[in-house]
Amino acid sequence: MRRDIVLRVAAKFIMAPLILFALYVQFHGDYGPGGGFQAGVIAAAGVILYAIINGLGAAQRLVSMALVERLIPAGVLVYASVGLVSMALGGNFLDYNPLAHDPVHGQEWGVFFVEAGVFLTVFSSMIAIYYAFASRRAS
Amino acid sequence: MSLIAAVDQHLPVIIVLAPLLGALLVALIRVEIASWPIAVIAALVSAMAAFRLVFGVETLGVVSYRLGGFAPDLGIEYRVDAVNALVLLLVTGISLATLVYARRSVADEIDSGRVPWFYAMMLVAMSGLLGMAITGDAFNAFVFLEISSLSTYTLIALGRDRRALVAAYQYLIVGTIGATFYVIGVGLLYLSTGTLNLALIIERLPDVTSPRALIAAEAFILVGIALKLALFPLHAWLPNAYGYAPSAATVLIASTATKVAVYLMARFLFGVFGIHVELGPVSVTGVLIVLSLGAMFVASAAAVFQRDVKRLLAFSSVAQIGYITLGLALANPAGLTGAFLHIVNHALMKGAAFMAIGAVLLRCGSSRLDDLAGIGRTMPATSVALTIAGLGLIGVPGTSGFVSKWYLVLGAFDDGKGWLAFLIVASSVIAVLYVGRILEVVWFREPSKTALAAREAPLGMLLPTLLLAGLTILFGIDAEFPARLAGAAASALLGGRP
Repeated sequence: MRRDIVLRVAAKFIMAPLILFALYVQFHGDYGPGGGFQAGVIAAAGVILYAIINGLGAAQRLVSMALVERLIPAGVLVYASVGLVSMALGGNFLDYNPLAHDPVHGQEWGVFFVEAGVFLTVFSSMIAIYYAFASRRAS
Repeated sequence: MSLIAAVDQHLPVIIVLAPLLGALLVALIRVEIASWPIAVIAALVSAMAAFRLVFGVETLGVVSYRLGGFAPDLGIEYRVDAVNALVLLLVTGISLATLVYARRSVADEIDSGRVPWFYAMMLVAMSGLLGMAITGDAFNAFVFLEISSLSTYTLIALGRDRRALVAAYQYLIVGTIGATFYVIGVGLLYLSTGTLNLALIIERLPDVTSPRALIAAEAFILVGIALKLALFPLHAWLPNAYGYAPSAATVLIASTATKVAVYLMARFLFGVFGIHVELGPVSVTGVLIVLSLGAMFVASAAAVFQRDVKRLLAFSSVAQIGYITLGLALANPAGLTGAFLHIVNHALMKGAAFMAIGAVLLRCGSSRLDDLAGIGRTMPATSVALTIAGLGLIGVPGTSGFVSKWYLVLGAFDDGKGWLAFLIVASSVIAVLYVGRILEVVWFREPSKTALAAREAPLGMLLPTLLLAGLTILFGIDAEFPARLAGAAASALLGGRP
């Protein structure tokens, strides 16, 4: 498939808007449909598309397996850290209210970081699943 | 002082959070030597929090924790009472002992690149089980059920035998069906009451006009959990899963996973639906008694004919779970106390037995019964632990198994079912057969070549094994502490909904 000019050009066209759209879905999650999960899947779809068109090796130079394996727990850690911070600030676990000067902003910040964690984990899990199926390493 | 007070306030969430954060650290660092210390520290923090909480519950009554500060009808509430305090203490204690035990066993059985993943999965499984036990939210319990199940599938698949993959897949299919049934039931409950919080469901149940949705919900939830706790005849996944999983994983799953599922079933049976509600034409207690008896006799008989000790003990687990569910079905104070005592006692003795077998596996490379011939001469301490655990499984006086069966027999007589007491004793005779087979091979056979070459298990494995075996004896002689906790759990369940 590497030589197919139509696919390569079309994929190149789609890649950048795909990542951009993922960011839009990520940050617009507060106001409309969207959020970390959907954005993570969309962004991962970009990487997976790249892997399908240019081969697994090229994709893994872009996003390596080692990075993916680190990002999965890192995303959960970001999520849990928000809870730890709110505990340190005197609230219950994952209580966003004390995160900023007033509860409304606190909720906004809390959701922002939690969704960032969700994005990281979903993004990397999707890619990890694809890599696991696409590469046939001896187990 | 204020720091302790501040920490005390967050104890319920710390119990679940400590192993979860430990798992994340292990997975992020991914260095083999760092994994074990992190895992043990995480389990230790969780166990200390659980220990402190148990005494908090004994003085304060119910401890409630609102995640995110939301009210229970909107958010998730962690709710600790006498019932799950006991389960939390058990799960954290056993997990800590298992992780201490795991170091040598894992180094021997798991490929070195996968060791950090193994510890991460152990901690995630622990966190999931604790979450299932602590949460007061029906759907949150499903999420934790899935967390613990998914990590358990991975743990089983890491076994060195290729059949471990098939066993994990089999459990995956069955476990997913169980979880799906559970969540369908929870959905029906939500439909009829409009809440997922267990305490609020109980409050609103009397207002539900149509009992049909409730009957369907109860049926789905009970069957779903029954798959998870391997209630006869839904136990087919269990012998393979226990048999082919890595030793440390077997210890953890065998002594905690089914127990937490039993707790959840007790919670729904007594706390939510009420044990004496009839499911259409059949009564829940009647079905449960028949299935428990089936487990006690059929699984025990199957255990007698196993050639592999791990599988033998796995079938024995199915049988022992039968005693616990029988205690639930009796639904009187003595029977329920017996059930909860047996949850604790069986976890201790089965933990000790699987730990001993893991040590034999490390030294002899086999868990086949014939290869254990004469192992008592070269690995005396391990064999003593195995023997104590075996005697506990039979219910010999002086071991904790006797105490819990005593309560069960009392419960049967209180219920006016003397024949049931007779059957409990009769099924113990079958346990004599399968335990006797192990003991005969271990102590009285001429040692085989592998047994002669074996040395005593390393201290790190021996100490947790002997600790659990020692507790089996201790709780057999002086059962005051576990009986107090189990009695409190029983009265909390029975008082929750007369």
